[in-house]
Amino acid sequence: MKPRRKQRLVLVSLLIAGVAVAAGLALLALQENINLFFSPSQVAAGDAPSNTPFRLGGMVVDGSVRRSDGSLEIQFDLTDTANSVTVAYTGILPDLFREGQGIVAQGSLGTDGTFSATQVLAKHDETYMPPEVTEALEKAKAMGVQ
Amino acid sequence: MSQNPDTWLTRFHRLGSPPSFYRLAGILMPFIGIICIALFASGLFGGLVLAPADYQQGESYRIIYIHVPSAWMSMFVYALLATASAISLIWRMKLAEAVARASAPVGAAYTFLALVTGSLWGKPMWGTWWVWDARLTSELILLFLYLGYMALVAAIDDRRSASRAGAVLAIVGVVNLPIIHFSVEWWNTLHQGPTVTKFDQPSIAISMLIPLLLMAGAFKFHYLYTMLARVRVEILDSERRTAWVNTLVTSKAS
Amino acid sequence: MIEFLQMGGYAIYVWPAYALTALTLAVSVIAPIRRRKRLVREISAIAVQKERSRSE
Repeated sequence: MKPRRKQRLVLVSLLIAGVAVAAGLALLALQENINLFFSPSQVAAGDAPSNTPFRLGGMVVDGSVRRSDGSLEIQFDLTDTANSVTVAYTGILPDLFREGQGIVAQGSLGTDGTFSATQVLAKHDETYMPPEVTEALEKAKAMGVQ
Repeated sequence: MSQNPDTWLTRFHRLGSPPSFYRLAGILMPFIGIICIALFASGLFGGLVLAPADYQQGESYRIIYIHVPSAWMSMFVYALLATASAISLIWRMKLAEAVARASAPVGAAYTFLALVTGSLWGKPMWGTWWVWDARLTSELILLFLYLGYMALVAAIDDRRSASRAGAVLAIVGVVNLPIIHFSVEWWNTLHQGPTVTKFDQPSIAISMLIPLLLMAGAFKFHYLYTMLARVRVEILDSERRTAWVNTLVTSKAS
Repeated sequence: MIEFLQMGGYAIYVWPAYALTALTLAVSVIAPIRRRKRLVREISAIAVQKERSRSE
């Protein structure tokens, strides 16, 4: 390789390395701020902000969803398997909201430990399957249990 | 060997010369176009008609067949843009400059599509058009990188210095690619993790995966086609004062 | 057919996404083809002009 080209190659590599290091440091410093939500364990540990709204993420606990008759009020527990937080919400839920589903709720923590949400978003997993397959899987699981 | 003028290296060099690349691209493009249309036809039929509905998302998941290929291409084209930029900076290869300039608007289009189709998918499934999570934000930054590259190249009159300035920006922006890809693993996000590019088995039913791969192929060939068409325009424009362009143009006009 | 178009109730999300994609991909193919035609016309006009001024 001609020396000038070599020099330019080195310059380009240095440029990439420099920017990568700078970006890495910046992201490391921002680590907590880039996370979209706090987990119930972080809330239990007192890491979540107490007087400003934040996002809380977790799985809806099976059987914890309580709807009130005649209104859009709903209460459910969110868990990260270690801790759980009760969430109260009034409004329309996304189509994917169901028990066992990952949820991100925006709102603030009340003094009684209940999280009153102003918005509820549903996370979905990265699995794509036809319904028949899941039915078959569940059947197989049930057979295995018996 | 060194006396033989037709070694693969000299052939490669000649291919990199603007007139022969222009000619070769013109020959290849119809074939690429036909393959692209065939892939789109089979991928769309497979994805919209044959593939079953999803167990959780119902029919809405069918946006995957355009969202995921667009998102993949948005990153693939950027990697290509940065590679071509590095080659053009180090070896001063005109063809690499043309490829870089030709790729930017197409990559921007894919990024735009990934964002908008994702938004149209997010509204019914997540419950929101947009959320500032790491994946969505880094993909938006990718769009700004493309637009910044295009604006920078367009703002400088001199062709070669414009390409060089753009090349530096493109190379700097390459750090965003791993951030986009790993954002869903490094931070908690609303966007779900990878499905197909997981190292173990992809968690998607085969009847849904095949159309997705067909569509991904269709997008690749779409990029190849429009990139070659754009490189030909770049070559014509930058070589407009040369004899070969003049004979080509006058023979076509008469 | 109607069932297909309804997309299980998600038609207002699925079809605009597909329409926008089709439009964007089509424009990105047509744009360079048109630009090349315009450029060929432009360059040949200049070439013809030069030819004329030389013969005068």
